[in-house]
Amino acid sequence: MIEFRSVSKRFPDGTLAVQDFSLVLPSHKTTVLVGSSGSGKTTLLRMINRMVDPTSGSVEIDGEDIASLPPVKLRRGIGYVMQNSGLLPHRTVLDNVATVPLLRGTPKRQARADALAMLDTVGLDRALADRYPSQLSGGQQQRVGVARGLAVNPNILLMDEPFGAVDPIVRAELQQELVRLQKELDKTVVFVTHDIEEAFLLGDQIVILREGGRIAQVGSPADLLARPADDFVASFVGADRGRRVLHVERHGDGNVVVDSDGRLAGVLNGEPVAGTSAGSSAGSTPGAEGDR
Amino acid sequence: MTWVLANLGLIWARTLDHVVLSLPPIVICFVIAVPLGWFARRYRVSRGIILTGAGLLYAVPSLPLIFVLPAVIGTSLLSPVNVIIALTLYGIALMVRVVADGLDSVDADVRQSASAMGYSTWSRFWQVELPLSGPVLLAGMRVVAVSTVSLVTVGAVIGVQSLGSLFTDGFQRGIQAEIIAGLVATVALALLFDGALVLAGRVLMPWTRRVAPPKPSVPLEVSAA
Repeated sequence: MIEFRSVSKRFPDGTLAVQDFSLVLPSHKTTVLVGSSGSGKTTLLRMINRMVDPTSGSVEIDGEDIASLPPVKLRRGIGYVMQNSGLLPHRTVLDNVATVPLLRGTPKRQARADALAMLDTVGLDRALADRYPSQLSGGQQQRVGVARGLAVNPNILLMDEPFGAVDPIVRAELQQELVRLQKELDKTVVFVTHDIEEAFLLGDQIVILREGGRIAQVGSPADLLARPADDFVASFVGADRGRRVLHVERHGDGNVVVDSDGRLAGVLNGEPVAGTSAGSSAGSTPGAEGDR
Repeated sequence: MTWVLANLGLIWARTLDHVVLSLPPIVICFVIAVPLGWFARRYRVSRGIILTGAGLLYAVPSLPLIFVLPAVIGTSLLSPVNVIIALTLYGIALMVRVVADGLDSVDADVRQSASAMGYSTWSRFWQVELPLSGPVLLAGMRVVAVSTVSLVTVGAVIGVQSLGSLFTDGFQRGIQAEIIAGLVATVALALLFDGALVLAGRVLMPWTRRVAPPKPSVPLEVSAA
């Protein structure tokens, strides 16, 4: 479990990146920090491995204040994946994956054998092991980045917009891969993104951030959609428009689901649930058309 | 040509003298310039002082420097050490800036990710930043090597034996072949040093050779397999 206790960060140039931020990130869950640029999401992520130290407040991992831990040792126990893979250009794929185990003193032979197995885990061909990062495609580089982050089998995996720089098709593939990996490995993942779709796909707990690291709302994807705390959250998650706002229309004998732009989204399987109270459901009768 | 054939022994001996005088400055200047360049890059104030100082040092003419050094460090006027130290200073003057620039050339993302992996400042420097500035350092060292080989000849003016002695001797005795032999041998030696550095670079930095632009079709097929 990772816990932020009223953490603030003011950079030397005077920018207040994070202000009085408190949050618990449960173990074995994926927490996604989502916000636009300037929301302090990356700063928050980097506080977990002490790449950034808070100006005030504390960060705890399993009840231990990490300010008391030496940063280098702490970082070697936490997986880290960043946007432009950050792979070492002068090391082969295999050596990149083996980087942290070697830093921790794992014998070279063992570290390389483990790294090779890790390539399988992230879905990379072993034939790529001897290539240099510049010889890989963007998607492959990110996979190597993930393999490197997982190489010491850390409890915590930090991911800073890891799929931000690859094309949409590869991104979707990598996202699915991460969902699969997380099912298998059960890590505590902290994921930073500005893409709400990505957050909904990957997150168990989603933290929507306003400027300056202030929390707009924390909750599961369903919470955020069903009960947005305010207009900011509603507009951020898109709960007020487009294909997130669906209603049911009667069509002959069946029910079809239509979004707020009037586009057909699908067909409703079975009878619409009447909801907790008859009046509050998003429109289980053709009369709901009047809402538009 | 007859002079050359008759004096092969002499040319070889002067060539060896030349190597003995030029190798130490090339090696020592690198060893000293690396920490200085690192330090120059580390703080804004030290950068200004060190880089300006290095620039000024390079502006000192070589002959007076070789004359003045004995007085400063207490060696004899004819000692080869004077030449070695003077050329080391020139090498440092050139390389300090190159080292600072080379370290600057390392991608900030890579530097940051190395820290995030758990490299200490020390290990990050030796295992990441220094190797990655390799191509820039190599370019600098090639200039240093060639200029050192050529500057060693100046020592001949104060009587320190090298291929430059063939110039001075040739001029005094009016043997044109000797002057040309000295010139050609100096250039050949410079090329040899340069080639050795390029070769060393290839061996030490294999990743710079294999930078083929990723062909999208081939790697994608591999990953799909």
